[in-house]
Amino acid sequence: MSSDEVKKKTIEDKLTTIKYNCDSESHLVLDAQLCKNCESRCCTYICPAKVYTYDENQNTINVDYENCLECGACKIACPYGAIDWKYPKAGHGVIYKQS
Amino acid sequence: MEEFQTQRFDVIVVGAGPAGVAAAVTSARGGAKVLLVERSEIAGTKNMIGGAVFLSALKEVFPDNWHQAPLERYINKHTWSLLSDNSSVDVSCDFPLKPKSASIFRSKFDSWLVSQAKKEGVYFAPSTLVKRLIKKNGYYCGIETELERIEAKVIIIADGVNSLLACQHGFRYDYDAKDTVLSIKETVKLSKEIIEERFNITKGSNNGAARNFLGGLKSENTPFALGFMYTYSDSVSIGLGVNLEDLRRYALNPSDLLEKLKEHPVVAPLLQGGEMLEYSAHLIPEGGFKKLPKLCENGVMIAGDAAGFVNAIHFEGTNFAFISGKFAGETALAALKINDCSKRTLKLYEKKLKQSFILKDLKSYKDVMENLYSRTNSLMNYYPKKAAEFFEIFSGANCISKRDEFRNFIVNFIKDRSIRELFKDLAAFISSIFGVLK
Ligand SMILES: Cc1cc2nc3c(=O)[nH]c(=O)nc-3n(C[C@H](O)[C@H](O)[C@H](O)COP(=O)(O)OP(=O)(O)OC[C@H]3O[C@@H](n4cnc5c(N)ncnc54)[C@H](O)[C@@H]3O)c2cc1C
Ligand code: SF4
Ligand code: SF4
Repeated sequence: MSSDEVKKKTIEDKLTTIKYNCDSESHLVLDAQLCKNCESRCCTYICPAKVYTYDENQNTINVDYENCLECGACKIACPYGAIDWKYPKAGHGVIYKQS
Repeated sequence: MEEFQTQRFDVIVVGAGPAGVAAAVTSARGGAKVLLVERSEIAGTKNMIGGAVFLSALKEVFPDNWHQAPLERYINKHTWSLLSDNSSVDVSCDFPLKPKSASIFRSKFDSWLVSQAKKEGVYFAPSTLVKRLIKKNGYYCGIETELERIEAKVIIIADGVNSLLACQHGFRYDYDAKDTVLSIKETVKLSKEIIEERFNITKGSNNGAARNFLGGLKSENTPFALGFMYTYSDSVSIGLGVNLEDLRRYALNPSDLLEKLKEHPVVAPLLQGGEMLEYSAHLIPEGGFKKLPKLCENGVMIAGDAAGFVNAIHFEGTNFAFISGKFAGETALAALKINDCSKRTLKLYEKKLKQSFILKDLKSYKDVMENLYSRTNSLMNYYPKKAAEFFEIFSGANCISKRDEFRNFIVNFIKDRSIRELFKDLAAFISSIFGVLK
């Protein structure tokens, strides 16, 4: 593998290195009303797994909870406390092997 | 898991990291019946470290068999680098015969910790998420999992930095973004030979190296961030801890910043040819002394990251976790002995913390992070750049008279930065040093 392959990886590339046992329902629930009026939408950029993306047409936030690394950053960063942040059910979510 | 429901325990410990395991084995060694509860199926698979475990604390909890722990490499070589855009000025130290820490993978290391705890009589409940604590008559007396309720005389909360339990039961508030560091890391596969060569490690030895990087992120709005690398047997970590408030304020993504660090001309050759094995993320609490939670209540104590026991300047966390867990275990035993688990008895835990390095260090470092943070631009941009300029003259043979070069350097040093800013830097520096020593 060349050095270029280590460099310039996107988050999507990085996430493929991680093992998950996905739950069938989201452990992250947003208060849609608060999000509609949120001007910063910082969840969409601070998340190391890009779990949150903004849907411009509907003015809503999509939550790809399957990719969540359970770090807790969004819970603290969201200025409106709009995220009901829980851990996934026991045995679900991220499974680190070499971290 | 139902097997535990009908049993009554002396102690329940939530979280099987270093703090939880230390609390559990210490209680079990004193004869208590202990249940250790962990949400992951295999201990350590939810956890990440930069990172290295401090051996002094590991030995304190496992004096006889610590060397059997799955340690990757003994970290005896440390290099701190000030990175400017294209160069690096380093300070290094090397203690080849006196390793203080060892690099670990949490999945292997935490699993080993749990296997030792089980050998010493601790009951272990994996795949068990604690949803809340049970409180009766003003006393915490059990846990509620997804499936059942289990009771005990003492509960020890060691559920890590996010401690939903501590927040939920009012032991502390959630941390502010400015007191929180988001760390991300990549584990990168490289051959043993390449690691030994690039990090100047004796061939065939299990010695290793750690590197820290300040600056070098080439960003208009520079966040407060520290890069790190650790060597494992046949891989290395490359990661970055960034202040969460800065990420939010400057609208930055942590992974993009790490890519910048990886591209830095001093860092890139260390990673060249490597294959990414795993990406991970974790928070580090940096509120320290100013954000201490209630450390005990009737029937309950809080240890490790859950209580914010981290000294970020020295990358110390595992030692705080192991030792605070041990103190909590000892206190539980003392309380069980006199059959009084009230807050008054459990205050012994606070006393032990106060008399040890844990609260002493947190107290003396209470302003250091804030001081450094207030000088972000100096630390991340100005001084790395100036250090590079100085050594470019010092080592450059640029065919210009040294006198002119150094004069220019000094004039620019003052011109590029107002005297006021220089004084502010100096004041922050002195205040930090005095804070620690006074
Ligand atoms: C990037 C990085 C680098 C670091 N580098 C170093 C270093 O070089 N040296 C050092 O000493 N320290 C370092 N640390 C800090 C160190 O990793 C922590 O301080 C230490 O792991 C804290 O141990 P703990 O037992 O308190 O918490 P954790 O290790 O976080 O363990 C908490 C456990 O509780 C479990 N849990 C959480 N909630 C529940 C629940 N509700 N029910 C059941 N189980 C639950 C979790 O799954 C986890 O296993 C670093 C940290 C990071 C992020
Ligand atoms: S989750 Fe928080 S930060 Fe994200 S859009 Fe909603 S309110 Fe804004
Ligand atoms: S917990 Fe971390 S990884 Fe998961 S959504 Fe929040 S910021 Fe992203």
